[in-house]
Amino acid sequence: MESVRHVAGRALPLGRADVDTDQIIPSHWLKRIERTGYAPGLFEAWRTDPSFVMNDARYRGAAILLAGRNFGSGSSREHAAWALLESGFRAVIAPRFADIFRSNALKNGLVPVELPDETVTTLVAAVERDPTLEIAIDVERRTVTAPAAGVSATFPLDDHARQRLLEGLDDIALTLRHERDIAAYEARRPQWLPRVR
Amino acid sequence: MSTRLEEVLGFVGAERDRHLAEASGWPRTVILCAVGSTLSQKVWERHVVRRAAGEPDLVYIDLHLVHEVTSPQAFEGLRLAKRGVRRPELVLATMDHNVPTNEEPAEPISARQIAEMARNAAEFGIVCYPMGDANQGIVHVISPQMGLTQPGMTIVCGDSHTATHGALGALAWGIGTSEIEHVLATQTLAQPTPGTMAVTVDGRLPRDCAAKDVILGIIARIGTTGGVGKVIEYRGSTIRALSMDGRMTVCNMSIEAGARAGMIAPDDTTFAFLEGRPFAPKGALWERALDEWRSLPTDAGAAFDREVKIDARELRPYVSWGTNPAQTVTIDERVPDPDALATDARDAARRALRYMALAPGTPVRDIAVDAVFIGSCTNSRLEDLRAASEVVRGRRVKDGIRALVVPGSMKVKLDAEREGLDRVFQEAGFEWRGAGCSMCLGMNPDVLRPGERCASTSNRNFEGRQGPGGRTHLVSPTVAAATAIAGHFALPADLR
Repeated sequence: MESVRHVAGRALPLGRADVDTDQIIPSHWLKRIERTGYAPGLFEAWRTDPSFVMNDARYRGAAILLAGRNFGSGSSREHAAWALLESGFRAVIAPRFADIFRSNALKNGLVPVELPDETVTTLVAAVERDPTLEIAIDVERRTVTAPAAGVSATFPLDDHARQRLLEGLDDIALTLRHERDIAAYEARRPQWLPRVR
Repeated sequence: MSTRLEEVLGFVGAERDRHLAEASGWPRTVILCAVGSTLSQKVWERHVVRRAAGEPDLVYIDLHLVHEVTSPQAFEGLRLAKRGVRRPELVLATMDHNVPTNEEPAEPISARQIAEMARNAAEFGIVCYPMGDANQGIVHVISPQMGLTQPGMTIVCGDSHTATHGALGALAWGIGTSEIEHVLATQTLAQPTPGTMAVTVDGRLPRDCAAKDVILGIIARIGTTGGVGKVIEYRGSTIRALSMDGRMTVCNMSIEAGARAGMIAPDDTTFAFLEGRPFAPKGALWERALDEWRSLPTDAGAAFDREVKIDARELRPYVSWGTNPAQTVTIDERVPDPDALATDARDAARRALRYMALAPGTPVRDIAVDAVFIGSCTNSRLEDLRAASEVVRGRRVKDGIRALVVPGSMKVKLDAEREGLDRVFQEAGFEWRGAGCSMCLGMNPDVLRPGERCASTSNRNFEGRQGPGGRTHLVSPTVAAATAIAGHFALPADLR
C-alpha cells in the first residue's frame, strides 16, 4: 500500500444514504480474478442515467467522494474500494461507514473520513454550488478543511490506522513480527477444535 | 479508588468496563472476569494472541472459509510476496457464488474463476469442494452441516453473511480480500474490539411468522446502521425456541443491520444439532468441549453497550417494499407514503419507490410478482424447504411465474429428495436445482430481467441485486411459496 498523508482536491457530491457495495460495483464485475480493471464498473447502473452526478463534466477528476450515512453497506467485496481508487478517489467523506467497507478502504489507502451529518450536508451543498471548491484532508492531523465552505473539522481515526496510512505499511509483515506469540497461542489451542484435513 | 468507582458505575457496557480498567489499573481481561462478560467478549478474549496499548488486538482465527469470488486476488498476493498458507488444515474452500445450479456449464469468465479456485486450493494444500462434489454448497450452509462450525470458535470468510455461523455460538464475521490474504498468511487478524449489543425477543411467535420475520422485524426496528461496530447477541424465549436452521436465518442477516456479527448462546438445541456430525468432537473430547461450551453464555452481571427488547407477539410476516432491508412493512399493510415517513427517510423512500415501480398506498397483497426464489444462505436449509413444500403441496404455481427452489447444499438437496420434496415442488411447477447462491446476487445464470419483480427468500433487496433493473421483495419461505401460488403477495392462510 502507498502511504497517504494528504488528500486535496475537488469533490463529487453523491450525497445519498445507504449506498451499498452492489451499487458501487455490481456483482458481475466480481467474476474477474484480477486486482485492477474495475473503474468502468463504478456506479455502473446509476451512470446509465445522464442526470447522475458522476456524469456531470464539472465534477470530472474529483479526488473526494461526498456520501450519505452508511456508505459501503452490504457485501464485503473489496472491489468497491479498488473501483473508487482506480477512478481517482483518494478519500470518501460520509457521516458513517459500514464496518467492512471502512476496513477495506483503510487496507488500500482510501481514506474514510467520518464527519457529522450537518458538516457533510454543508459540504455537499457548497460543492453543488461551486464544483471547483477544494477540500483538504490531513491524515496526520486528522483534519478536513474547506475554507470556501466555512468548514474546518477533525475526524476520528485511531492512532494505529493513522500510522498505517501515513507509512503505507504491509499488515502481513507487521503481524509476522509476532510469530512467537502466534505459535505460543497455537500450542495452547484446545484439542477438540476441528481440522478440515 | 472508591470515589472514582462510584463515578464509573454511572456508565454502561464497554464504557463502564473501560473506566473500570482505568480507575483500577487492572487489565481488561480481569475486569471482564470481575463484572461478568458477554458471549462475544468471552469468545474474543479466548482468542487474543497479542494485546498492546494503542494497537488493535491480534486474534486467532479457528476456521477460514473461502469461496471463488473474493479469494483469487488474495492467493495472487501470497504468490507475489512468496508467502504460504500458515494453517491449510484450518481453511475450507468451496464454489458457490457464480456456479450455475442448472447443470449447464459455467460461462467462460466464471469458468476461469472456478478453475482458479481449484488451482489455488491445490497449490496451497487447501481442501476444496468443487462443483458436483457431494459436499459442495453455499459456504455458510456446508460448514455447520459438517459440524465444522462449533460454539466459541472464531470464523471468518470473505463474505458479509459469515455471521450465519453465530447461530451456533461462534464469533463469525465477513472480511475483505486483503484480510483474506492476511488470515491465509498468519491465521490471525488485527481487529478493533467489537462493541456489544443485545436484542432480546420474548414471547410466542404468531402463526405464519418464521425466523425470517423475526430478523426482518428486528431490522425494521433498529435500522440498517443499528448494529454498526457491534456484535448483536440475539436473546430471549423466542430465540431459544427457534431450531438451528431458524437461528441461522436470524444471525445471517445481522450485517443487514450493520452489525459486525450476530450470535446466539449455545444450548441443548445447539449440542443436539452438533453431536455426531463429521467434524464434531467425539468421545472424551466431546465431553470436554461441552464443558467449555457451557461456560460461554453471557454472565448475569455483564452489560451490553446497547439493549433492544422486542415483543414477539407484535411481529407479523414482513415484505420489503424498498431497496434496503429496513424498508419493510407487514403483509397486512400498504406501501408507505414517503411524505408520512421521518424527514431523513423521505428522499431514500421516494427513490426506492421509483426504482421498485410502486405507488404509495398500494396494499402489499395487491402487488403481483414475475418470479419467486426460494434459496440463499438465509433460507435454503432443509427446514425452509419443508415449510415451503407444505404450502405448495397439491397446488400449482400461477401461470407466467418463474419459480425456483435452490437447496443450500448438495446434502440439503439429497435429504430433501429422500423426503420427496423435489417432486412436491416440481409437480407444483417449481424448478428444482443444484446447490449454490443462484438468484440471490445476480452473478450466475439466474438473474431477473430488467423490471421483473421477485418474491425472494434471500437477504438483500438492493437495486439490481438479482440482476440489473430487477426488483426484489424479501420474504420468508412460506410467504414466497404462497406468493408463487397466488401470483401476488400472500400468506399460506390466504390460499385456503
